[in-house]
Amino acid sequence: MRPRIGVLALQGDFAEHIQMLDMIGIDSIEVRKVQQLSEIDGLIIPGGESTTIVKLLHMFDFVDDLKSHVESGMALWGTCAGMIVIARELADPYPTPLNLIDIGVARNYFGRQVDSFEAELNINGIEGDPMRAVFIRAPIVQNTGENIETLATVPATDDHPEQAVAVKSGRVLATSFHPELTQDTRLHSLFVELAEDARLDENRVNAKRRLTEETASTV
Amino acid sequence: MATSTNGARGAQRWKEMSKPEVGDWRVKGGLAQMLKGGVIMDVVTPDQAKIAEDAGAVSVMALERVPSDIRRDGGVARMSDPDLISGIIDAVSIPVMAKARIGHFVEAQILEALGVDYCDESEVLTPADNAYHIDKWQYKMPYVCGARNIGEALRRIGEGAAMIRTKGEAGTGDIVHAVTHARQILADIRAIQNAPTEELMSMARDFQAPYELVVEVARTGKLPVVNFAAGGIATPADAALLMQIGVEGVFVGSGIFKSSNPAKMADAIVRATTHFNDPDMLAEISRGLGDAMPGIEASKIPEAEQLQTRGW
Repeated sequence: MRPRIGVLALQGDFAEHIQMLDMIGIDSIEVRKVQQLSEIDGLIIPGGESTTIVKLLHMFDFVDDLKSHVESGMALWGTCAGMIVIARELADPYPTPLNLIDIGVARNYFGRQVDSFEAELNINGIEGDPMRAVFIRAPIVQNTGENIETLATVPATDDHPEQAVAVKSGRVLATSFHPELTQDTRLHSLFVELAEDARLDENRVNAKRRLTEETASTV
Repeated sequence: MATSTNGARGAQRWKEMSKPEVGDWRVKGGLAQMLKGGVIMDVVTPDQAKIAEDAGAVSVMALERVPSDIRRDGGVARMSDPDLISGIIDAVSIPVMAKARIGHFVEAQILEALGVDYCDESEVLTPADNAYHIDKWQYKMPYVCGARNIGEALRRIGEGAAMIRTKGEAGTGDIVHAVTHARQILADIRAIQNAPTEELMSMARDFQAPYELVVEVARTGKLPVVNFAAGGIATPADAALLMQIGVEGVFVGSGIFKSSNPAKMADAIVRATTHFNDPDMLAEISRGLGDAMPGIEASKIPEAEQLQTRGW
């Protein structure tokens, strides 16, 4: 029995995440309807346009249920736009994030598309060589609340101070960059471990049963 | 900001590298990956750009006139005024695209200087060069280009395009050419994928496409870059049709702001592009949208006035 993982498929590069999970032997599902959250132990919110993804999450009534599932212990990972979507607050006026991890985030921190770049990144909890990190109109973590573990930072340059680009809190993971655009599956393996942890969590199983019953009764 | 020892080691490595790579292939094509499953909308004012963003557009195309007006007005269609493009860049948080004429590499240089996120080297504008397209490798700014078949798509990718869209027949509101081009590209891909390797060189010759890219298509069964539909999309059902045929997202040009209720139409096309495979949802989405853009039957347009035959 492996953990069941869903990739939010409202918009963005969800297919690449599904492919990465496939490479490490994990079948995952495309999540387009809120009811599907009850079938999974972990959800990835992919890269895409954060404004669009937040808009679609509201449009298709995901917001309250997503929050309940995460509170009850479902694993969650936001990459790039996904990190913006799950943040507590943004330095920018738009969009309004969902507050699923206690971090403040700044969008397009490094500039517009012509300033997008790749770099090598050491990540706490990832053994071996540094990861090749692809930053595309990337956000960064500007401030962190309590219980947030910083996994990776980009060092200070003339243009900006040192900034966190990968953070973790419990079973919630957020990264500024796109591991799904490389062939390096190590972060996906780390997320599968978080989802496995969620699958084995008995408190969560009970909470989820209640949640599923509530959703069913309100439909 | 707390510094981990790991972060410090990262800093060391970072300094060892001369400079983080900017504008390389994966970064350029990567932005297009982020647009997948989304709708890119033509807008002519910052207000329209806001309407598009509020409706959930993943990007806007900044231009002076939508294609149906270009078609109606005639004359030479050129790159838009930088004031207009900058005004739209300032108005929205989503990426902004803009069009340069085919082969007009100075218009492209100007767009890059303005900080445009994606350049559309577009047949909707009057071509500046009848023989050559822009050498797109020379730019940090990524490019999207139109194509009618695999040969045209791979030639543009060979020149450095990081995203392909069907040409369709822009400004008509008639979906037939976008469907034809999308089907042609997908059929060509299937033909390449099913061919034994010794036939690939001849296929490259017949398609007039770079051999290495034909081999790449044979290996992966898809274009090396993201593939969108454009040219004639006017309703949510049109968008879903192209998505079901197999494109990865849609451009809507005149279809939104030439409809009777642009905000509603924009919202509906965004919803339909996400739930393209769900007829119950599509039925709900398609209700009460008002009038779609008036449109022109594409088969009534004389060949000399077709936009899709511009470029090669």
